Amino acid sequence: MAEKINKTTHLDKEGLSLKSVSLWQITWRRFFKRKSALVGLGILSVLAFIALTAQWIAPYDPYQPLIGIEPVQRREKPCIHLLGCSPDKPQHLMGIDGNVRDEFSRILFGSRLSLIIGIATVSLAIIIGTVLGAIAGYYGGWLDNIIMRVMDVLLAFPSLILAITIVTVLGPGIINALIAISIVSIPAYARVMRASVLSIREMDYVSATRALGGSNFQIIFRRILPNALTPLIVQATLGIASAILDAAALSFLGLGAQPPTPEWGSMLGAERNQVFTAPYLVFYPGLAIMLTVLSFNLLGDGLRDALDPRLAHVSG
Amino acid sequence: MVQYIIRRIIATIPVLFGILFVVFILIRLIPGDPCHAMLGEKATQEVCDRFIRAHGLDKPLLVQFGIYINDVIRGNFGDSFRYGIPITRLLIERLPATIELSLAALFVSILVGIPLGILASVKHNSWIDVLTMLWANIGVSMPVFWLGLMLAYVFAILLKGTPIWLPPSGRLTAGIDATPFYDIWGLQLTDGGWKTFLYFLSNLHILNAILSANWALLGDAIRHLILPALALGTIPLALIARMTRSSMLEVLGQDFIRTARSKGLPRRLVIFKHTFRNSLLPLVTVIGLSLGSLLSGAVLTETIFGLSGVGRTLYDAITARDYGIVQAFTVVIAVFFVLINLLVDISYAYLDPRIRLE
Repeated sequence: MAEKINKTTHLDKEGLSLKSVSLWQITWRRFFKRKSALVGLGILSVLAFIALTAQWIAPYDPYQPLIGIEPVQRREKPCIHLLGCSPDKPQHLMGIDGNVRDEFSRILFGSRLSLIIGIATVSLAIIIGTVLGAIAGYYGGWLDNIIMRVMDVLLAFPSLILAITIVTVLGPGIINALIAISIVSIPAYARVMRASVLSIREMDYVSATRALGGSNFQIIFRRILPNALTPLIVQATLGIASAILDAAALSFLGLGAQPPTPEWGSMLGAERNQVFTAPYLVFYPGLAIMLTVLSFNLLGDGLRDALDPRLAHVSG
Repeated sequence: MVQYIIRRIIATIPVLFGILFVVFILIRLIPGDPCHAMLGEKATQEVCDRFIRAHGLDKPLLVQFGIYINDVIRGNFGDSFRYGIPITRLLIERLPATIELSLAALFVSILVGIPLGILASVKHNSWIDVLTMLWANIGVSMPVFWLGLMLAYVFAILLKGTPIWLPPSGRLTAGIDATPFYDIWGLQLTDGGWKTFLYFLSNLHILNAILSANWALLGDAIRHLILPALALGTIPLALIARMTRSSMLEVLGQDFIRTARSKGLPRRLVIFKHTFRNSLLPLVTVIGLSLGSLLSGAVLTETIFGLSGVGRTLYDAITARDYGIVQAFTVVIAVFFVLINLLVDISYAYLDPRIRLE
């Protein structure tokens, strides 16, 4: 209770000094108060740094087998000098994979693909989903009916099953996996956008724009879309998390990224039968996937709580 | 209530048609002619001609779709070229493993998730709460296939020789007696619907073990089920714990709870009767949605743990390009999912009478 009162007086003070606070400033302030959201942002920053600098910080070429270059064996255990591994041997933090490549370097490079896949699939799904949702919500009628019924059917499939079927038809590969996951995630954005449009459509400022002779295009993209952004941003952040997870699953099943591409899901899939003899080759790619997904989930939850004041009392 | 249920069932029919249509179109989009896609590359011209005539593939697309729907309603999904048997029979053979696995995973997630969520909400902001939320966040972020493999490594290799060693693959130990219960009961069955149904039931090993009082089989089946169920159940568990907590917190903040407390009602009564019952609604939704992730996860979990269920068969069919199976199994999984959602909607109306009146 005491905290609440403090907050109000704090805002009052700012009101007195006539300093205006924008929605984004409030959001950022709330966001930075949440430890879990900050942890998410922290992990993500490290990942982004690794992805951008992989070619400089990786000790080895992720594609180059080390046969004849170094005295190492297939699936050799991790050798870490700090943990007592003999300094005469070359250091391999996460061991050697089944094709005699440095696992650590491949994990570092894998961050690129995961982030790109996550962001690309969600961008594609958002563009299509938002347009469809906006059309459905704004025009209503039979158009709305057709679009939303199609979305209902897409939602009627468990997402990974539909993605698997689509990749089966398109053929395995990273681009096709990306397309499949995008298609599967379109309905979520279409629904969010449609709901926002329905509530914003009746606002006075939309009527004002119409009275001033604004075109439908202008109303949708200049008036409605900016005001529907917040739920979309939250949905997108959480969507990236599940897109990365689904893409990793497809690659694991051999339907996504193909070897020798350093992609975590496919690295894990390639060594899955060796889990009993070389568990580190399964453990590290999975850990990397988990941390990436976790960072987006934490970020998404933090954004949702920061952007939606109604949830303020539930967040812990 | 009955009216509401009927209305919901009728609303489901177009979605079911939509599912059939999407899968039908997807399979038609496979490059190459449909005959070789469905019957394999080695199908001869003669076999193909017969196949094309039987399925009306020389007729317009809409007529083909009509024939397809007619077949599906009769439970005829055609033959699998890989196994050389009707796909429907394959389904009856493979479904029990998936049903057993999904129910076990759901059981684990509800049994652990709900108490954990209640505990976290009642002890809001305590270390139990923080740990639960941390675990829930990590749980929803874990790849099922990774968790499964790591569990298999820990329990089958690291704990080898200890009493909590668990088998990493298969549904039963090879050679264990798993005589169907109807044979033990001495039922004389003629081939037909009943026999198929009983055969299906007997493939649910746990049910079969109980019905035939075969306790060795029961123990073995459960031991084989623990790891896959833990792997598959973790994501739903995390979701359920999280939803229970937030939904409980919301109700706990309401006036009637304060009234109940100030009346001096026992704490337990307030938590379980007043709060928990009122926070059930969002929980049912999450459980329904989790079943979707269970069905998706079944493909991965069954592949890892070598369980011959629907998911594993679907995966094998994809690698073998047996599109007949892909088509049939996708439809069946989606229909299951829709039916589950229907059940969720109906239980919603049961839990909250206001919904029926809408």
